[in-house]
Amino acid sequence: MKQIAIISGKGGTGKTTITAALAGLVKNKVVVDCDVDAADLHLILNPEVQEEHEFIASKVASINLEKCTKCGKCREVCRFEAILQGPKVDPVSCEGCGVCFRLCPNGAIDFKAKVSGQYFISDTRFGVLVHARLGVAEENSGRLVSLIRKKAREIAQKNSCAYILIDGSPGIGCPVIASITGTDLVLVVTEPTLSGWHDLKRVIELTNHFKIKTAVVINKYDINLENSKKIEQFCTSQVVPVVAKLPYDKIVNKAMREAKTVIEYAPKSIIAAEILKFWGEIR
Amino acid sequence: MIISVASGKGGTGKTTIATSLAFAIGNNVQLLDCDVEEPNAHIFINPQNVKTEQVFVLVPRVDETLCNYCGKCSGVCEFNAIAVANKKVLIFDNLCHACGGCKLLCPQKAITEIRRVVGKIETGERQGVELISGVLNVSEAMAIPVISAVKNKINRQKTVIIDASPGTSCPMVAAVKGSDFCLLVTESTPFGLHDLSLAYEVTKKMGIPTGLVINKYDSSFTQLEDYCQKEKLAILLKIPEDRQIAEAYSKGLNLVEVFPEHKEKFLEVMKLIESRIKS
Repeated sequence: MKQIAIISGKGGTGKTTITAALAGLVKNKVVVDCDVDAADLHLILNPEVQEEHEFIASKVASINLEKCTKCGKCREVCRFEAILQGPKVDPVSCEGCGVCFRLCPNGAIDFKAKVSGQYFISDTRFGVLVHARLGVAEENSGRLVSLIRKKAREIAQKNSCAYILIDGSPGIGCPVIASITGTDLVLVVTEPTLSGWHDLKRVIELTNHFKIKTAVVINKYDINLENSKKIEQFCTSQVVPVVAKLPYDKIVNKAMREAKTVIEYAPKSIIAAEILKFWGEIR
Repeated sequence: MIISVASGKGGTGKTTIATSLAFAIGNNVQLLDCDVEEPNAHIFINPQNVKTEQVFVLVPRVDETLCNYCGKCSGVCEFNAIAVANKKVLIFDNLCHACGGCKLLCPQKAITEIRRVVGKIETGERQGVELISGVLNVSEAMAIPVISAVKNKINRQKTVIIDASPGTSCPMVAAVKGSDFCLLVTESTPFGLHDLSLAYEVTKKMGIPTGLVINKYDSSFTQLEDYCQKEKLAILLKIPEDRQIAEAYSKGLNLVEVFPEHKEKFLEVMKLIESRIKS
């Protein structure tokens, strides 16, 4: 079983467009949407939810004012400015460390597990999709990513799947690290803008750090041919192959509006042909 | 006045809006790049006289001459960052949230904290815009300490603009927290609309007055404006889909500098924001 993660560093370069197209193309796989705090893949894959589970990863403090003597100890020991006047706990700022709970001299603090989101196992026209929704303003996106990747692996093993396709999130932090660890290939989708290039460098530094095989797709390469060339030269210097250069084309947004993959919407387009070609190379 | 610029979906134009707003105002402005995983504002601001300082977090260290391996530290750590086994204490710095619990609760007082570098802050200035960028070190997982360090530089005497990271989880919340107004940026696509609705949930939950900029505006995507009407989310600016703007962006050029006709529009957005904060 081969695990392929699609990430980008910079947001909006086309991760989900590429992942959705591969989901339609690749047989015998499980797809996981690891962009858990702004998941979009379901808008194309239109999943029918088969299983829904709660995601419980952390605890949150709250103050029982009947026992509280307003001594101020909780405020003194909290490093996250989560104890507000009252006193009461700001649940958005609470890190879930439990220090206040453990040090309150009056036992006035409750410290309870909370639901931080949901995850789903769904059927789609392209097979199983494992996806999630982190609660609004919640933490622990990395743990949720690890959890849904584990579920995807279990399903893939049970069904003897050949591939797991992972749609990652922008950035290089905790959810991205959780999305790429232990994968066989990271596909980085970039664009020929200075921002895209700057962020690509940091992503390649990250995949080098974790020693994961990496390949690059330059999306909208014709927006700036000079930058595309520089990105190719940079990738050559890093011994990272550029496996595709996709042109800017309004069919991408049109396909998205009709909830179709770009290959479904425009099977004869250059983009569709290029995706088919590079999948043949990286599979 | 503190204005944060956030989006939900990545690549909608947060940095374009934040840097354009900063240059349109043009004096006494502080721009904070809180997208510390992938900071890009410096590309468009091109700050001069850049000074760098390191960002640290505290991590525990155990004095094994005092430690009796009771395991209390491991027991109280909610983040599994300390393990005690076979007369050995293992500390996983990457998992530590620097809450200080182990140090405070160690019965032997065997734990101290040391500083560990996780990123840096770069400060520079050009044309009346002071840019403070947070940069998370590659392979570090937690962005929050760097975001907090950037926000500690806030100068309330200036107009403060915060460029947030995409998404709706902790880094976005940490960037937006404490701002007087949040400008959400979206685009005329189903992905843009979906992620906007999540981001707007966050700013509503945080009680921050919010307005919208629609970038790459396409009037045929009517669902977006229907949503805004239904949710009473004010649209403060529409920037049309324009290949020239996209090309300027690709070269790292600032919208207001290349197309000065947009400056007035951004100043109007500022007026709208000011009137909304007051009301």
